[in-house]
Amino acid sequence: MTDPEGNSLYARSETVQPRSVRGRFRSWKFLAMVVLLPWWYLAPFMRWYRGPGAPDQAILIDMGGRRAYFFGLEIWPQEIYYLTGILVVAAIALFLVSALYGRVWCGFLCWQTVYTDLFVQIERMVIGDRTRRLALDRAPWTLDKLARKGAVHLMWILIAGSCGIAFTLYFGDAPSMLPAILTGQESVAVYGAIAVVGGFCYLLAGFAREQVCLYMCPYSRFQAAMFDEHSLIVGYETWRGEPRGRWRKGVPFEGRGHCIDCGVCVAVCPTGIDIRKGSQLGCIGCGLCIDGCDAMMDRVGLPRGLITWDSIASQAARAQGETPRHRLVRPRTLVYGLVLAVALGVIGWSLLGRTTTEMTVLHERALLYVRLSDGSIRNGYVVKIQNKIRSERLFNLTIEGLEGVRMSVIGGGPPLRVAPDSVGSFTVFVTAAAGIATGRRVPLTFVLRDVADGSEARAESLFVGPDR
Amino acid sequence: MAPVEKDPVTGRYTTGHEWDGIRELNTPLPRWWILVFWVCVIWSIGYWILMPTWPLLNGYTPGILGYSSRADLETELAAQKASRAVWLNRIESLPAASVEADPELLTYARAGGRIAFEENCAPCHGIGGVGAFGYPTLADDEWLWGGTIDEIEQTIKFGVRNSNPNSHQSEMPKFGADGILTPEQIEQVADYVLTVADRSPVATLPGAAIFAENCAVCHGESGEGNKEIGAPALNNQIWLYASKLGNQTPEVRNAEIRATVISQVTRPRHGAMPAWSERLGPGTIRMLAVYVHTLGGGR
Repeated sequence: MTDPEGNSLYARSETVQPRSVRGRFRSWKFLAMVVLLPWWYLAPFMRWYRGPGAPDQAILIDMGGRRAYFFGLEIWPQEIYYLTGILVVAAIALFLVSALYGRVWCGFLCWQTVYTDLFVQIERMVIGDRTRRLALDRAPWTLDKLARKGAVHLMWILIAGSCGIAFTLYFGDAPSMLPAILTGQESVAVYGAIAVVGGFCYLLAGFAREQVCLYMCPYSRFQAAMFDEHSLIVGYETWRGEPRGRWRKGVPFEGRGHCIDCGVCVAVCPTGIDIRKGSQLGCIGCGLCIDGCDAMMDRVGLPRGLITWDSIASQAARAQGETPRHRLVRPRTLVYGLVLAVALGVIGWSLLGRTTTEMTVLHERALLYVRLSDGSIRNGYVVKIQNKIRSERLFNLTIEGLEGVRMSVIGGGPPLRVAPDSVGSFTVFVTAAAGIATGRRVPLTFVLRDVADGSEARAESLFVGPDR
Repeated sequence: MAPVEKDPVTGRYTTGHEWDGIRELNTPLPRWWILVFWVCVIWSIGYWILMPTWPLLNGYTPGILGYSSRADLETELAAQKASRAVWLNRIESLPAASVEADPELLTYARAGGRIAFEENCAPCHGIGGVGAFGYPTLADDEWLWGGTIDEIEQTIKFGVRNSNPNSHQSEMPKFGADGILTPEQIEQVADYVLTVADRSPVATLPGAAIFAENCAVCHGESGEGNKEIGAPALNNQIWLYASKLGNQTPEVRNAEIRATVISQVTRPRHGAMPAWSERLGPGTIRMLAVYVHTLGGGR
């Protein structure tokens, strides 16, 4: 595609080769990396005893056994809403943190950021810093370039592979699975998962990098909507920096801004943006430009904080010569905090009230009712009982809401016997004498009582009678 | 045909095609497209050699890999059969009542029976054994040929009024058509049968004597029926040749039953059922028997 003058409308994306930097934010990023990566790799190896015969992995998603384990919690497929709850909490927490402190998630915690950072560190170790890498990219292919590039990619692939392996370890018994994976004894599905996850790790952290944040990630797009003038974001103090000009020894700063246009803030940026153009989509809020700029300010003898982690309101106040004020408590953060508290409360409440028995009753549909030879009316129900305890249990089933009915159970019982940690399915027939349910639908309540401890579970259904 | 020339605006050559002064630019297919095309051509040649491709007069070229989706299916079906055989063998080796007593086998037999029922039986007896006009409801507790699990299995195996020598055979005489009873007598007996159905037989009705003389021998003194000969019970509200749900007003319902009794006594209809042992294996029939027996009305 070209414009009328024949210039191409397509611009190749320039590879961003961030310069290394030292400072507060860089230290925070390293800290996040050394906390998060070991957690990711080692968490599957944590053990949690659940009783004989049960898996003892603290965090485990057992697809075959249809269970998810998280320490003391066992989630059945029917309870997938807990996952929804976790996602809701995560989303609102992201809102709250973004409104308070900007894109902390993007800058420090996101796995795209962490793995990209790790991959860049490897490039720096093997090839060198920004200028060396740029030079090597431009240089013709030599044995040295091949060796260095090869080493980088080999290490990337190893790390990406370990990322894929770590992912699969959450779905099986990690201590026995890891050796099996390494000795080639695992199933094709496992190696497929490793290839997909590892392949994407290699692709996204090695090549796509900031493109993921710019073009693929939805969260980077909507986080800016959570900002207001009191959110702490990475910003350039235009009032102090402009008009910018080159620093020369002995040339005073009268009549011009403090920005010496050294370009360090751009060179260190992992997404390759110029923060001096203002807050923008590409800024992941990692603060490395602050570290870079502070170091330069120190060198030229100017106060730090030309690029700051600060709110727009406080910047404006400082521009006016007023004392900046940080307002953490604002209507926006209060609402986010409240919604977060409610969401956490609902999850916590439902976890506390999580039953070990659940009953669902389905009224027979193919045959709403049957008229028996003595004129009585019979309804059929499929009763499913979830026994979430790892021991066999006996239940008594009774009916409330309709007097004078007979009940019979197919599938064993009474009492109803349900195997440990499984769902018992029973067909229950309820028969009412002629005339009791004629012309109406009677609400019924099935009451299930544990024979051993007397605990109850209830389920609603209907008794359907003929019109006449 | 206009001459091929370079277009000054785009810098491209024209094709020489021209309509009303509008000339067509030569816009060749993109290179990647052409490449994909040729790769596909090469791929297809490899495919001809490896896979079944060309139809011949008496078959097709099998390809050197010898792949056949039918053979694949057969392998899968065989594997499926083998995995079921474990269960079916256990079910076949036990009497139906023992299958029902074993919770594990009962679950398997009811699930398997339901599938077999929906494939083979539901066209007449309805999903869930709901029944239809002329086809007995299997979920209720009236059984023409007996409702114990062994009787049900026997009926499924050999069927009713078919060419299988073991099938249930028996027919009701054509009381009206053969002149055994006059139309007037038939109406009288129908009126009496209505009182039998209500379980309050009125012995003073003129039909009572006719019933005792002609009908009671098969249907029983009080209309209780006889499952040995498939004579339905008349002392209840379940009627084979009447609408199933019985949602009419009592007057309409009685009129319908009276009409069906008159019709049946005059020129009876007789249902028939295939002998399923001629089509289904013994394990499937046992699962069907368990399923039907546990539909609710089994004795």
